[in-house]
Amino acid sequence: MGAYFSEIFYGLKSLAIGLGVTFKEFFKPVVTVPYPYKTIKMTERYRGHIELIENEEGEPKCVSCGMCQRACPSGCISLASKSVEYEVEVKGEMKTKKKKVLTKYDLNFTTCSLCGQCVESCNFGAVTFSKDYNLASSRKEDFHFDLLKRLKERNS
Amino acid sequence: MSLTILNAVIAVVAAIAFAAINAAYLVWAERRGAGRIQRRPGPNVNGPFGLLQPPCDGIKLMAKQLMIPGGADKALFMVAPVLAMAPAIMSFVTIPFSDTIVAHSMNIGVLMIFAFASMGAMAILLAGWGSRSKYAVMASVRAVSQNISYEIPMLITVITIVMMTGTMNLAEMVASQTGGIWHWNIVPSLSSPLMPVSFLLFFICALAETNRAPFDLGEAESELVAGFHTEYGSMGFGLFFMGEYANIVIGASLITILFLGGWGCPLGLYPGVWWFLLKIYLLIFSFIWIRWTFPRTTIYGLLNLSWKILIPISLFNLLLTAGLLKVF
Amino acid sequence: MSGPIHIRPDETFTLNVGPQHPATHGVLRVKMEMDGEYIVKAETVLGYIHRMHELMGENRTYPQVLPNLSRLDYLGALGYTHGHVLVIERAAGIEVPERAEYIRAITVELNRIASHLFWFGAFVMDLGGFTPLMYAIQDREHILDLLEAVTGSRLTYCYYRFGGLYNDVDDDFIAATKAVIPMLRKSLKKYDALVTGNIIFMKRLEGIGPISAEMCRKYGATGPVARGAGIDFDVRKNEPYSVYPEFDFDVPVYHECDSLARYKVRMDEMEQSLRIIEQGIEKLPDGPIMPKKKPKLIKPPKGDYYQAVETARGSFGIRIVSDGTKNAYRFKLRSPTYSNMSLFDEACEGMMIMDALAMMGSLDLVIPEIDR
Repeated sequence: MGAYFSEIFYGLKSLAIGLGVTFKEFFKPVVTVPYPYKTIKMTERYRGHIELIENEEGEPKCVSCGMCQRACPSGCISLASKSVEYEVEVKGEMKTKKKKVLTKYDLNFTTCSLCGQCVESCNFGAVTFSKDYNLASSRKEDFHFDLLKRLKERNS
Repeated sequence: MSLTILNAVIAVVAAIAFAAINAAYLVWAERRGAGRIQRRPGPNVNGPFGLLQPPCDGIKLMAKQLMIPGGADKALFMVAPVLAMAPAIMSFVTIPFSDTIVAHSMNIGVLMIFAFASMGAMAILLAGWGSRSKYAVMASVRAVSQNISYEIPMLITVITIVMMTGTMNLAEMVASQTGGIWHWNIVPSLSSPLMPVSFLLFFICALAETNRAPFDLGEAESELVAGFHTEYGSMGFGLFFMGEYANIVIGASLITILFLGGWGCPLGLYPGVWWFLLKIYLLIFSFIWIRWTFPRTTIYGLLNLSWKILIPISLFNLLLTAGLLKVF
Repeated sequence: MSGPIHIRPDETFTLNVGPQHPATHGVLRVKMEMDGEYIVKAETVLGYIHRMHELMGENRTYPQVLPNLSRLDYLGALGYTHGHVLVIERAAGIEVPERAEYIRAITVELNRIASHLFWFGAFVMDLGGFTPLMYAIQDREHILDLLEAVTGSRLTYCYYRFGGLYNDVDDDFIAATKAVIPMLRKSLKKYDALVTGNIIFMKRLEGIGPISAEMCRKYGATGPVARGAGIDFDVRKNEPYSVYPEFDFDVPVYHECDSLARYKVRMDEMEQSLRIIEQGIEKLPDGPIMPKKKPKLIKPPKGDYYQAVETARGSFGIRIVSDGTKNAYRFKLRSPTYSNMSLFDEACEGMMIMDALAMMGSLDLVIPEIDR
């Protein structure tokens, strides 16, 4: 009989303690961020999709070696380049040299897993992470990023 | 004669309007309250403080297609939501909001409310049975066994009050408690020293009777998906929802009338409808508060609580009060 | 298919819990043979999100598999990547700087707390209480913020590298972690008041869902499930790896075998993880985070390598059979939840559905990790 009443008593007491906890929380300020109206700044190391980096002349740093393409586990990077001949003065003499110029750098973001292998594998520091995270769309094509175009848009 | 009919129409319309507005804005209050408890704002986009959210929800629900699952019993499926809402509105007819605001004062008001409250179980049973879903059937069976076991302690407590006040008319019950907090039924008196206990008991029963958490076994979403209204969409679901909130208002009103002195002021000053509303909304807030604090009980835990704790205590209280009333 | 359902006591009916059911937290399906509210027989059906991580491990180079491991368990991803880098480092003979190992231990423990916090919330939500989930997520958010600042992602981390780490931690991280620890301790007290002591909660868990030590051994259950059944087994203690021998921490063990014991094990583990983090920050040595000498191409010598780590859900084992090339010949993952889940069929027989689903919650299931 004593156990019966003590159980009821302690049960009610535990319920009152629980109510006390939520009552205290009721008067505390809201902790959420009203998202579309306010956004949080992404941290420095935030890893969004990749982005090309330009050199001083505003051209992409990329030398189209294809390391990122090979390192990518999901095969979502495709790039193309063409050889361009250019003349350079070496010891007072004009010499013709060839260099590769990036013509296409596409990222298929639908299969990208944001692992960052491409950024790490790049020996020229030509690829970095963007801070974009508002990437919702109902069309698949919106996630095929033309990074060269994005770079030009950024520069202009 | 025509005046009586006009009166009746006004009363019914007022009751429906009161129930509907309450249901709509209690959903808003519940969501805002839950938000505050969980430290988030709750609905705040539509209108100031999200006050336009209930009409938006209403329009959305009404605009949706009424789906009837294949193989369901159409008649029962359609009747059940109406049956959930109608008795709740009927019960408003006899609730006295103040000494003048009452649609129809009946000398068996308490009985009528309980009679209609029992219809709620029927609605849940029909909804579960008619929608041909295993989850819904299980939920409705649970809800019915819950309602049956909780009506007993509830009624025994009411009998105690009826013995003390000597009437079954709700307005007269309130009248017998006028004149300050010390006259209220919740305060222990010589003839019924266990009144706070029976208030607590009635409160628990009211929670269980309205299928509120922690007794919301009929719609246990983590086990039975959505319980008895699993298959309901659009306004069918809307009616269940409104019925639930209308029942909550009735439960709170009953507690106020039976225990908290109805429209009377705690200090005996300026009695009026505002006191009544203040009391029921405080009670409703505590319902919301409880819902967002506790986990759900089990079906056997619930039945154990009813048969092993609530019924013995309420019976003891009844006998004690009966004996002491004879003595004093 | 028309007419009402007939339920007679001598008849059972099949209840399809899942693959889209609120209690299964993912695409798990349990076919239950029911007698009213009682479960006569249950059969778990897996494979709804099988993504062939093991096969991917076989046809990709070792560094390319790195991000896959964090996709196994989206709540405690760092523990799984830890196992992966440990086994490759052992196989390829890469020395790991001490600082890197300490940072790994700190971040894994932070992730373990985050995982347990989310489990706590989801478990109470299974029992019908919604508010604790919100509090738990709120606390977990602080940990995710910490980890995001270091690793750059919030859920599917790819932070560890063969030989070390991707990034070093800065002083801000150390300071923020030090600030988070007392805050989490306070929250744990709040959870005790709000949930652990609650009579409704106790009634739902005490003596419910018994999983004996014998059953754990039969199905190979590990982690909090086994420790709740009185088996004192924690990979961090029994088969020490990384820098765990340097830390002073206890392994909470409860002998009640019920859902409450499993709950208590996890709640105590959070406190122990906090202790490890505190010690780790104190002892954190200076130095590099990547080894000076690291092979450019990772080609472990021929052999069979296995490494078990203690993740938030139990003992996670990773076996790599190398044939000397840059791809693994065989890549096998032993996921703890798979073993923990497999005992559900036997354990839930004769239980009521709400108790069975409470027990399922106490197993801490993460479905992508079962299906891999």
